[in-house]
Amino acid sequence: MRKLIVAATAALTVLGGAASAQESIKIGYIDPLSGGGASVGEGGLKTFQYLADELNAKGGILGHKVEIVPLDNKTNPQESLVQAQKAVDAGVHYITQGNGSSVGAALEDFVTKHNSRNPGKEVLYFNYAAVDPSMTNEKCSYWHFRWDANSDIKMEALTNYMKGQPSIKKVYLINMDYSFGQSVRTAARKMLGEKRPDIQVVGDELHPMLKVTDFSPYIAKIKASGADTVVTGNWGQDFALLLKAAADAGLKVNWYTYYAGGAGGPTAIKQTGLENQVFQISEGVPNSGNKAAMDFEKDFRAKTGISVWYPRAVNEMRMFKAAAEKANSIDPVKVAAALEGMKFDVFDGGEGFMRKDDHQFFQPIYISSFGSLADKTKEPFDEENTGWGWHIVSKIDTAQTMLPTTCNMKRP
Amino acid sequence: MAELIVISTLNGVLFGMLLFLLSSGLTVIFSMMGVLNFAHASFYMLGAFFGYQLTRWIGFWPALVIAPLLVGVVGMGVERYGLRNTHKHGHVAELLLTFGLAFAIEEIVSMIWGKSPVDYRVPAVLDFPAFTVFSTNYPAYKIFMLVVSVVIFIALLVTLKRTRVGLIVQAALTHPSMVGHLGHNVGRVFMLVFGVGSALAGLAGVIAGPSLVTQSDMAAYLGPILFVVIVFGGLGSLPGAFIASLLIGLIQTFAVALNGSLASVFGPLDPSLGPSPLTDIWNVTIAQIAPILPYLLLVLVLIFRPMGLLGTRES
Repeated sequence: MRKLIVAATAALTVLGGAASAQESIKIGYIDPLSGGGASVGEGGLKTFQYLADELNAKGGILGHKVEIVPLDNKTNPQESLVQAQKAVDAGVHYITQGNGSSVGAALEDFVTKHNSRNPGKEVLYFNYAAVDPSMTNEKCSYWHFRWDANSDIKMEALTNYMKGQPSIKKVYLINMDYSFGQSVRTAARKMLGEKRPDIQVVGDELHPMLKVTDFSPYIAKIKASGADTVVTGNWGQDFALLLKAAADAGLKVNWYTYYAGGAGGPTAIKQTGLENQVFQISEGVPNSGNKAAMDFEKDFRAKTGISVWYPRAVNEMRMFKAAAEKANSIDPVKVAAALEGMKFDVFDGGEGFMRKDDHQFFQPIYISSFGSLADKTKEPFDEENTGWGWHIVSKIDTAQTMLPTTCNMKRP
Repeated sequence: MAELIVISTLNGVLFGMLLFLLSSGLTVIFSMMGVLNFAHASFYMLGAFFGYQLTRWIGFWPALVIAPLLVGVVGMGVERYGLRNTHKHGHVAELLLTFGLAFAIEEIVSMIWGKSPVDYRVPAVLDFPAFTVFSTNYPAYKIFMLVVSVVIFIALLVTLKRTRVGLIVQAALTHPSMVGHLGHNVGRVFMLVFGVGSALAGLAGVIAGPSLVTQSDMAAYLGPILFVVIVFGGLGSLPGAFIASLLIGLIQTFAVALNGSLASVFGPLDPSLGPSPLTDIWNVTIAQIAPILPYLLLVLVLIFRPMGLLGTRES
């Protein structure tokens, strides 16, 4: 009898273990895996899959395995909604997306509506890169959490740095024609006007998103304007092609960018020969000097063949785990409650926190420039085999990144 | 301003010539076989990737010759084993075949080379500014592209108009059965034409690859504009395709350079109207609508001159 009980218990344990192992946490990754945004979308997918593997190797989240479900949205909001619905129907309670605030806004609206109509089946939207400020201001949602600094925060930091560069006299703005590009140009005009009224904005261009194949006409225009500095929020191929055209025309200006490090960007900068003339603002760089981050970088590169371009994705996934453990549940409602106001030690060192008022994550951010690496032991990582890498020129602490929000959060 | 005009003209002509390299093959294939080859831009992409791979293995100059030949062989294979078999089922089947082929090639390319752009560089010998207009460098590589396209254009024209091969091709265009009765192998003529057309697209890919980004979606960007070019120029007309290519190249380049909007002509709207769709339309610049101008032209041409600029037939 006793033997039977032991055997039965053992069998139950095995069965129970199998059952809980089956119940994995699915994260719907809704980003471009084809079309003009594919190069960045693929990089993001590799990053999230690596992070899921990392979590699973350490026992997952509360014993649940993490599984990334890739869904191709072609950088298209309508397509994204179709994919999101597909994901939800397949039992996904967490979706993550980053490329394109046009997509981000649509998804934010989707989760808000879905959750109010389907109580008990809530879905959370983890945003790792859609930085249109409106998503945490007038359009904010309780079900949306953003790990990337929003566009205004980045512009605030960039213009603070530009303020101290007396060589900047004439600035040209070129951006992609959608909500994010428009918010970059508006913020740049406003903030430069306040901080450096002597700077002249000699051009303000919006071009179609991810559709231009040759930027040389735009470069000719920049050249004709006599600008010494270009500010751009371009990403993906819109950055790589822009820089490539600049290289061909021999346009030697300073570039203040959001996403120069994206796929193709570093190669184009090296081809242009713009050493230390291209600046990027991000929440981390490979050569940050933080040991844990650099060990991670090394292993990540060895396994995926790309560099860590989304430290914020690392923060997102690790913080998701921490929040689930704090709530002792993987129920989205409880995880959301745990995430609010949560403090977290970020990937590249320092403390960040998820502001309760608008679900915007605040963290130290860095301005870095791209060029040859003098000390290979301190700065071992180059980009895209160019021999050049990012080095930090300025660090902005969490406290200095705080901007007020107009969010009027509706809590369930 | 003069600088902008000179540089824009050069850029426009260059883009136009690149379009011509692609559209010439497409338009000849169309006029001969009656098939609008949807996979034509895919051959351009194949050319770029073959060029990239061969450049890594054996250098740019051999790649410049071999890659287009390879693409030509692929093209001939498609004609011989694909289109010829579907031909008996009519044009729709052929159209669908090329349509599916375009997707298949894109997927295969992204499977082999990935979806990220590959590092396909301008060869070192051509990596210098050819000349400086005002203060803008004009890269030697772009001049090289221009020269290659012009040479191909002349060679194509001479072949079609002055040689025996051209004569047979032209005859096969309109009277395939008569040409067959005279002892020529029409099937082989078709196959060769398809091969040459694909090879030209491949050549365009090899030379455009280092200048534009070489990645798996490059075909999808250029494809639609090619159709605009051949419809605009007149289906089947080589000179028409030439003029249309240049015109569209120039229009797109110059539209980008212009800042004019309704607001700059008629003055800004009364601010009391507030932000509305009307203010958006009012403030949109010509530069912003530059990419849709070719398609607008396509619509206008189809309405007012369906045979295109130099086309000879209505279909």
